[in-house]
Amino acid sequence: MRAKAARLGLWLWVIGVLVFLFAPIVTIILFGFDRSVIETWPIRHWTLSWYSVAWHDPQVRSAFVLSLKAAVAATILATILGSMAAFGVHKARFFGRDSISLLLILPLALPGIITGVALNSAFRWAGITLSLWTIIVGHTTFCIVVIYNNVIARLRRTSNTLLEASADLGATGLQTFRFVTLPTIATALVSGALLAFALSFDEVIVTTFTAGAQNTLPIWIFGAIRLGQQLPEVNVVVTLVVILMFIPILIAARLTGSDNFVPRVRATRIAK
Amino acid sequence: MTTSVDARGRRGPHVSALARTRWRTAFLLSPPLLWFLVIYFSSLGLMLVTSFWSVNGFTNLVDHHLTGQNFHQIATGAYPAIIGRTVLLAALVTITDVVVAFPFAYAMARVASRRTQRLLLVAVLLPLWASYLAKVFAWTSILINGGALNWTFNLIGLPSPNLGFTNGAMWIVFCYIWLPYMIVPIYGALERIPSSLLDASADLGAPWTATFRRVMLPLVLPGLVAGSIFTFSLTLGDYVTPLLIGGANSTLVGNAIYENLLTGGNLPLAAALATVPIAVMVVYLLVARRLGAFEAL
Repeated sequence: MRAKAARLGLWLWVIGVLVFLFAPIVTIILFGFDRSVIETWPIRHWTLSWYSVAWHDPQVRSAFVLSLKAAVAATILATILGSMAAFGVHKARFFGRDSISLLLILPLALPGIITGVALNSAFRWAGITLSLWTIIVGHTTFCIVVIYNNVIARLRRTSNTLLEASADLGATGLQTFRFVTLPTIATALVSGALLAFALSFDEVIVTTFTAGAQNTLPIWIFGAIRLGQQLPEVNVVVTLVVILMFIPILIAARLTGSDNFVPRVRATRIAK
Repeated sequence: MTTSVDARGRRGPHVSALARTRWRTAFLLSPPLLWFLVIYFSSLGLMLVTSFWSVNGFTNLVDHHLTGQNFHQIATGAYPAIIGRTVLLAALVTITDVVVAFPFAYAMARVASRRTQRLLLVAVLLPLWASYLAKVFAWTSILINGGALNWTFNLIGLPSPNLGFTNGAMWIVFCYIWLPYMIVPIYGALERIPSSLLDASADLGAPWTATFRRVMLPLVLPGLVAGSIFTFSLTLGDYVTPLLIGGANSTLVGNAIYENLLTGGNLPLAAALATVPIAVMVVYLLVARRLGAFEAL
């Protein structure tokens, strides 16, 4: 009887937490359809017109394009650097090997503002004007670890016999890489890249310190909320961002199984 | 004769293979490590140096003479209160998230069926990946006076809590945003505990509380600490949530850094303030290691 009551309490807790987790997301999506300019609950009149307003707003469009450019470039750079690090650490034995993952996780484990201020002071000192490129440099730095984690987790689960078989059958190193290694890590690589893309696309804390005059989408959203302007439009834009981020996340989860895609937590586990 | 050839033959390629592996490793590791060294660590170093510079009051230019005046300023005036508030809030958020996350993670790892387990994991990960600003803004619309929270309270006959733009609002939003970062590692740790251990404890006559305290908790501690590193560290440096949902007394270290750098034009002071979260995190990690939190990680 008591065990039954405890179990019931546990499930009630689970339901409570689920409501807590999803209520805000549902709320923000609903407010995107609120006709009123001033938000009050419950919503009284419904409309689709804010979607049209957001769609035709040139500021939103240019911010979206800038975010897309930064995320794509940072993802490509991080994919190259992160997988190189993973291949280098995998199998090799050298002093300090285990600290590398700890090193790579630092930009995500330390508060983002530290990366932001550090990069900002370095760019100023070097006389580099803040631009799309400085945004990309910042984003790449904290995205590398996401790719690294995904690839090295896959490499550790791949058995060596496949590679040995390939070599025994006379394949060159390049052939083995192209026809054996690459296919086995492909899904891990793609899922890592999708996560890096999502991480970059949504980033605001580091970006504030590395962006010049132009706005990325999160910076536009942040500015609009602070000034209290265009709030109905903000509802629509953040809804679209949420949807746009869920797509790569769900694909990544399908590709590698969901335990691989918590960038920060996963990394601490590997780091030890 | 043949054996020596054999021996030489075996040794030759072995040595060169080792050398090749070394070259390969060096080739693969140098670009990412150089990136980190040149861009990240040198920037951190420069920030540290910058924190000992100052801004000339007349020309508004950065004066490169080393001085401790920024740290003196941090140790006096309004800053100690801001730092205290930040650390207190980070600790409060971490504790709340542990309390909220533990039963949930327990149900996920040890009670739920395989299918439910997978569904719950996705249910935790989707909010984690929902846009950060979307989540903060959603809470603004819930907590403001005409928002859903007051409405719900009034509906069941309670007075309006009017939480919008207070420290309480900040606490709720931080707890919400970092909660998945706490659930996932606790869940991971709980899932790895073999059932036989808990059964053995019960068979030996331990009451449920003793099994929890002396068997389960030590095994979950590493996961708990891993989660707390993020709930704690991410709260320490945040400035977006305080700006969007905090009130007049909600300035955190992150805001002080943000203001000094972007509106005050005082990069050295901002850099000095940025060393505070680093120092707090270093102390936190040392204490966590002292508690043996990393051993089983």
